[in-house]
Amino acid sequence: MQVKITVNGTTYERDVAPRTLLVHFLREDLGLTGTKIGCDTSQCGSCTVHVNGLALKSCTMFAVQADGCEITTIEGLAQDGVLHPMQESFWEKHGLQCGYCTPGMIMASIALLQNQPHPSEEEIRHGLEGNLCRCTGYQNIVAAVKAASEKMGG
Amino acid sequence: MATAVVGSRIKRREDPRLITGEAKYLEDIKLPGLAYAAILRSPYAHAKIKSINTDNAKAVPGVIGVFTGKDFADVNPLPCAWQAGGVKNNANTPRILEIDKVTFTGAGVAVVVAEDRYTAEDALELIEVDWEPLPVVVDADKATEAGAPQLHENAPNNICMEWSCGDEAAAEQALNSADVVVKQHLINQRLIPTPMEPRGCIAQYLPSTGEYTVWMTSQAPHVMRLLMTAFVFGIPETKMRVISPQIGGGFGAKIFLYPEYCLVTALSKKTGRPVRWMETRSENYISTTHGRDHITDIEVGAKRDGTITSLKVNTYANLGGTLSTIAPGIPTTLYGRLLSGAYRIPNIYCHVFGVYTNTGMVDAYRGAGRPEATYVVERAVDLIARELNMDPVEVRRKNFIPPDAFPYDPIILRGLKYDSGDYDKALNRALEILDYENFRHEQAEARKQGRYLGVGFSTYIEICGVAPSAWIGLPGEGWGAGLWESANVRVHLTGKVVVTTGSQSHGQGHETSVSQVVAGELGIPVEDVIVQHSDTLGTPFGYGTYGSRSTAVGTVAVYNSLQKIKEKAKALGAHMLEAATEDVVFEDGKVHVKGAPDRAKTIQEIAGAAALAYNLPQGMEPFLDDTSYYDPPNCTYPFGTHICVVEVDPGTGSIEIKRYIAVDDVGKVINPMIVEGQVHGGIAQGVAQALWEGAVYDENGQLITGSLMDYALPRADFFPTFELDRTETPTPVNPLGVKGAGETGTIAATPAVVNAVVDALAPLGVKHLDMPLRADKIWRVIQEHTNGG
Repeated sequence: MQVKITVNGTTYERDVAPRTLLVHFLREDLGLTGTKIGCDTSQCGSCTVHVNGLALKSCTMFAVQADGCEITTIEGLAQDGVLHPMQESFWEKHGLQCGYCTPGMIMASIALLQNQPHPSEEEIRHGLEGNLCRCTGYQNIVAAVKAASEKMGG
Repeated sequence: MATAVVGSRIKRREDPRLITGEAKYLEDIKLPGLAYAAILRSPYAHAKIKSINTDNAKAVPGVIGVFTGKDFADVNPLPCAWQAGGVKNNANTPRILEIDKVTFTGAGVAVVVAEDRYTAEDALELIEVDWEPLPVVVDADKATEAGAPQLHENAPNNICMEWSCGDEAAAEQALNSADVVVKQHLINQRLIPTPMEPRGCIAQYLPSTGEYTVWMTSQAPHVMRLLMTAFVFGIPETKMRVISPQIGGGFGAKIFLYPEYCLVTALSKKTGRPVRWMETRSENYISTTHGRDHITDIEVGAKRDGTITSLKVNTYANLGGTLSTIAPGIPTTLYGRLLSGAYRIPNIYCHVFGVYTNTGMVDAYRGAGRPEATYVVERAVDLIARELNMDPVEVRRKNFIPPDAFPYDPIILRGLKYDSGDYDKALNRALEILDYENFRHEQAEARKQGRYLGVGFSTYIEICGVAPSAWIGLPGEGWGAGLWESANVRVHLTGKVVVTTGSQSHGQGHETSVSQVVAGELGIPVEDVIVQHSDTLGTPFGYGTYGSRSTAVGTVAVYNSLQKIKEKAKALGAHMLEAATEDVVFEDGKVHVKGAPDRAKTIQEIAGAAALAYNLPQGMEPFLDDTSYYDPPNCTYPFGTHICVVEVDPGTGSIEIKRYIAVDDVGKVINPMIVEGQVHGGIAQGVAQALWEGAVYDENGQLITGSLMDYALPRADFFPTFELDRTETPTPVNPLGVKGAGETGTIAATPAVVNAVVDALAPLGVKHLDMPLRADKIWRVIQEHTNGG
């Protein structure tokens, strides 16, 4: 099926099989491998991207369902080599170790702040419950989101 | 100033590629002509393979080939590289695809290679296997009983090995003469490591040279190459290059040689195409190794004043259906030899059955044997405290090895000695953070109100930097190789430094911490150092990263090379300054004449001169370049105190962690930020074992917790903020004074949490609880104890 999907500002027109998952379309067809796959049951959140501004696990959506959508992936965050404040905060607060959950975690965290610009620690922990990390014990991820909220919200 | 970089919280140098999505993990690598493999796995836990029909699968458009075990009958079974030391091991290891029989659900029996993964999965469903199911046993103790289903002909009663350490007669005698003896049955349940990146492999074969390039999710690429070439394929080691790309966590599960890595390698030759296989999470859960799974009985004896006199341990260690690469070493050397913990326990005996069952393979998982030992020891101390109605803190103090007793020989360690420690200091600091005295008042008040508040302690030690080759090797503990580490340091003409190491970083931040050591020693900016690793081409042989050994062993190799480079720089610098070598010093990145800091040559100038080689002292080779192989004289022994405070809701049985305090002593610290991160993650995994995680097989050998929907991997909202502090007791074992920090959290946390919950429920008469302490279990326990059962 023909789809027209805008990813990180570039519009792609592609012929995709109806069963192609959005995450596979992004990774295999467009070569945007920053988005990760960590499970097969939509628990881990490694594949989180923004679809029309909303955080979404890209393994839960077919590419054809994204026809006409605007998608942002981890590759689309830094502008002209300047990191997004959330990326910066993850770096500064050591919010990652192996880095595999990180793209999804960062995308989910940005969406979290869009809904709640000044979340409490509890709200951050609750807000990120759809994204699993096995390395950090989440402590520095929470600190990173907090730091980003201060940077972004003023 | 030059050395201040060691010990500072610099941001990780590997992070820019990770936070932008630029890093290339295994599944991000695409080669021209890449084909995709999918593996058919046994749905039965124990069955004979009568026949396999692949005709329909082969007919699917886009399928390149379909293969079964018979197609690889000439490939050797995988090796077991660590068999329990000093005893006979009835080893049974997996084949790259099983041919006649499977002994666990998830064993690979056929493979499809296709133009894309979707097609490969489609074709997989068309393979027909004629199975003959056999009776199943999943529990290690039951597997050894008469009449149990037998998994392997060479392992009567399913016993792989029977191993012991310590003095049985002395332990018995001490128990007989003890004032009190407590017996306890303990379950250390099976866990699933769950690195967020599952396993995968890509292989490419070049017929013209007969060479393979294999990318794999491995914590130990050099060892993988060795095992694959020398043991599985019987080809020269020079015919294979192994690369670990960016690795998304390991926690032990990526140490081992797995059938799929060898299978994909063989497929690349058979199909003439580069082949990629990437595990799904469900595959990961059934076919990647699990951890722990001990059934243990302990007897601990003590004097009335709390002095522990004897510990006797009997353990059934479940090893799964076949042996993983180092499976027998984990519940033996890394378990039994740590059973003295932080205490003077004069008599210890440990007896272990390593048992085959119809379950997935069990091998090292973060901590590997040491969490199991620590759980036994820390529960034993609490059981004695309870029996004697003493404060568990007091019993710990009574039995601590005192600071002046180091190096301390716990006998059970068979020749090695604990390096250094001040256990009381870490304990006191943790108690201070908790405000222990006040807590016990609060607890008493809470109890009056019918609230169940509890505190648990874990004053652990662990063994890190696992080495000396002579101790752990075949004539000793049975490890089938050495355990040194290697490094090469080169200072290029431009003064930039390239470090190559045999260690493998998969989240630990070696590129940062190693750079810090280099920058500190040579007096150069951290940015001038690059650390290359994880590729057998261009790095010296190393045993890989596990057992908290990459700083305590691997980075020491780097340090040793730096010393030799500094010596050479001094000789060359002196020559350039027209001074005698003994009249110059290396300081702050410069060689200068003693007492005349202005008469100096910078390391960059010296490196340039060494590389250009226009004017070298007589007999000096060009270039600043050195390779070191470091085999430490001893392991290192981090320690500390973890304290957990919980409140149990009697209405629901749910447990709230109110506080979690960790005071660790990992020796000298190169980057406190990285160490804290390691501790956070370790605590999370240790707490998760105590409260939530557990792999469950049903009686048919089906993994009930077979996906992230069913396995209770903790989420962000499961935890409070951990309160961390450190004491710093350098190890005399290595010149950096570092001990290792990767596993302290998982080793320490589990008993701290269980001890806290048992303490909370002590007013009900609860003395022990088996993990995981989920709300339903706790609710039942409360009901039983309040309603008379």
